[in-house]
Amino acid sequence: MEYTIIFLPLIGAIVGYLGKSLTKFFSEFITSVFVSLSAILSIIVFWEGIQSNSYGNYKIFEWVSSGNFVANWSINVDPLSSVMLVVVTFVSALVHIYSIGYMSHDPHKPRFMSYLSLFTFSMLALVVSDNFLQLFFGWEGVGLCSYLLIGFWYKKETANNAAIKAFIVNRVGDFGLAIGIFLIFFYFGSINFKEVFQLAPQFLEKKFLFFGFETSLITLICLFLFIGAMGKSAQFLLHTWLPDAMEGPTPVSALIHAATMVTAGVFLVVRCSPLFEYSQTALNIVTIVGMITAIFAASVALVQNDIKKIVAYSTCSQLGYMFFAAGVGAYHVAMFHLFTHAFFKALLFLGSGSVIHAFKNEQDIRNMGGVRKKIPYTYIFMLIGTLALTGFPFLSGFYSKDAIIEFAYLSNSILGNYAYVIGIFTAFLTSIYSWRLFFKTFHGPYNNKKIPINETHESPVVMLIPLFLLAIGAVLAGYIFKETLIGHNSNEFWQSSIFFLNETNHGYIPSWFLLITPSLVVIAIPLSFYYFVSNTKVLESLKNTNLPLYNFLLNKWYIDELYESIFVIPAKKIGSFFWKKGDIGTIDRFGPDGISKLVKIISNKAGRFQTGFIYDYAFVMLIGLSILLTYLILN
Amino acid sequence: MIDIGLGHYLSLGAIIFFLGVMGIFLNRKNVIVILMSIELILLAVNINLISFSIFSGDIVGQIFTMLILTVAAAEAAIGLAIIVIYYRNKGSIRVEDIHGMKG
Repeated sequence: MEYTIIFLPLIGAIVGYLGKSLTKFFSEFITSVFVSLSAILSIIVFWEGIQSNSYGNYKIFEWVSSGNFVANWSINVDPLSSVMLVVVTFVSALVHIYSIGYMSHDPHKPRFMSYLSLFTFSMLALVVSDNFLQLFFGWEGVGLCSYLLIGFWYKKETANNAAIKAFIVNRVGDFGLAIGIFLIFFYFGSINFKEVFQLAPQFLEKKFLFFGFETSLITLICLFLFIGAMGKSAQFLLHTWLPDAMEGPTPVSALIHAATMVTAGVFLVVRCSPLFEYSQTALNIVTIVGMITAIFAASVALVQNDIKKIVAYSTCSQLGYMFFAAGVGAYHVAMFHLFTHAFFKALLFLGSGSVIHAFKNEQDIRNMGGVRKKIPYTYIFMLIGTLALTGFPFLSGFYSKDAIIEFAYLSNSILGNYAYVIGIFTAFLTSIYSWRLFFKTFHGPYNNKKIPINETHESPVVMLIPLFLLAIGAVLAGYIFKETLIGHNSNEFWQSSIFFLNETNHGYIPSWFLLITPSLVVIAIPLSFYYFVSNTKVLESLKNTNLPLYNFLLNKWYIDELYESIFVIPAKKIGSFFWKKGDIGTIDRFGPDGISKLVKIISNKAGRFQTGFIYDYAFVMLIGLSILLTYLILN
Repeated sequence: MIDIGLGHYLSLGAIIFFLGVMGIFLNRKNVIVILMSIELILLAVNINLISFSIFSGDIVGQIFTMLILTVAAAEAAIGLAIIVIYYRNKGSIRVEDIHGMKG
């Protein structure tokens, strides 16, 4: 069964693409069915895991075996990977089905479906690996599929640029991950998770001289792994690719850039919890980066106007939550938030896709509004998604996000205190920007000049069914699984897949503290309705009085511009220097070009000897013969 | 009365040979002239052969001359045939026009 889960998407990708000419619907049918089957099987595996503890490691075959370097292809099903299996295959299956409707007018749909399935396979290979090498394979595989899918509309130049940007920024992170893995193998002599984690306590005292700084080996490894996680999960400073990645089709954004691939970084940190637990420094850095990302992305999302970019920054911000949850040692809560986030964020993205579909590819929320009666289903699903994201009481986001804030509170460290303050504030910001998006899209006056309101239309059923299923998940996932995943007895579920150095603290939390976040979130609803719909003048004047701040946020803290001037322009200059002076000026000039020029000159000169007149040849023959004769006679 | 000896014959041969060579070098007009010049060179060689044959009393030189004359006739025939064909194809047998091998 485990084999089937992993390989069905791969088979779907290959068969679906090769059979694209059979019938028009072959590839979308085959990929959707295969991934859906895989989703059903994953849910069974997850359920059996909870019920009868039927976890195991299934070795497919030995991949690399060189000396003591051994890496297997294997399917390692443990509680952690079974949660990821459910998230990945479930969201992926719904996105496949949704794409049938969303991409119905695209001539390259077979390619699209096949990429989606290939992505699902890579992601599954990532989550079920039992060693770092297979994890790295999946890691690069999802990166590749992300690149291919962002640049899916390859005729759009912005899409190509965004794809390249995503790939290059991820390269920075992957470089860190690769170094982390090298370090692990160099010192531990193994890349198998189990063996590495067993050996970890023996290396606590090991010091390592790194650029003149003496650091502990474990800290260094964790930091490098975390750089990899930052790249993939779009954390602050390596986040710039995620908003640009919205150039891809919306289902891609939902699947890759909200629910699954970007959470791979969180997964990595949780998977490596036995290493991170031994390095307080690394955990602190994880917390700090997570906090900065959470608040940074939320602040930027406040003023963006592109519907998908708002959701993208929101994803970035929620990933920040997951990281600081992991950073304060609440790995299981990070996983729980990852789990619930997958549902409501995919719902929001697919809902946005439905809105974009209704407005015929309009993405600017300033050109929307007042369509709640025209697209009622989308309206309801977006409402559920927004409520779940903001953490409205008793929806899934409420349980996971509040749990993160509570665990930050319970961690009893200075950083933990910062973390929960920022967590609460970010939750408030989240609420405001989410409702801004919602109200501007569905309420207020109709602002689109291009399309008359009568022409906006509800999406087809094939797009609404996935929305419906995700909405159920967004409402219930938190309530149903909170006891299992983060309750007092959650250790029974997670078993050894998450490692806690200290017993998790389920201490007492004052009830006023529990009430802060939900009440802020609820207050934000009428507040945003007032400011964004009823009385927009206040905000307009606020914007005009604080124009520098507004521009600072609108331009995403000028980080893209900063990178442009620090990295991109110098790199371009160095590149063009080597190109013009080095390659063209030196190598080509004296190499191939020079030699060919020389040959041409010499052969031109030599060609002049051939006059073509017979008497010249005769003359040369005669002279030559005379000289030869003279020489022979004289000798 | 000058006694005509071997030297005179050889001088005649040399002069004819020289004329033939010059005919090839200096001729800019007609390929047929070149053919004729080649004939001249061959005749010069023949004169040399005959004079040496008489001078040394060996008949082989004269037999060889007969052989060369035959070959020269055949060569002239083939040469003329080539020229005719060439004229048909290119429309000219002027030496200046024949420079297909020019680099």
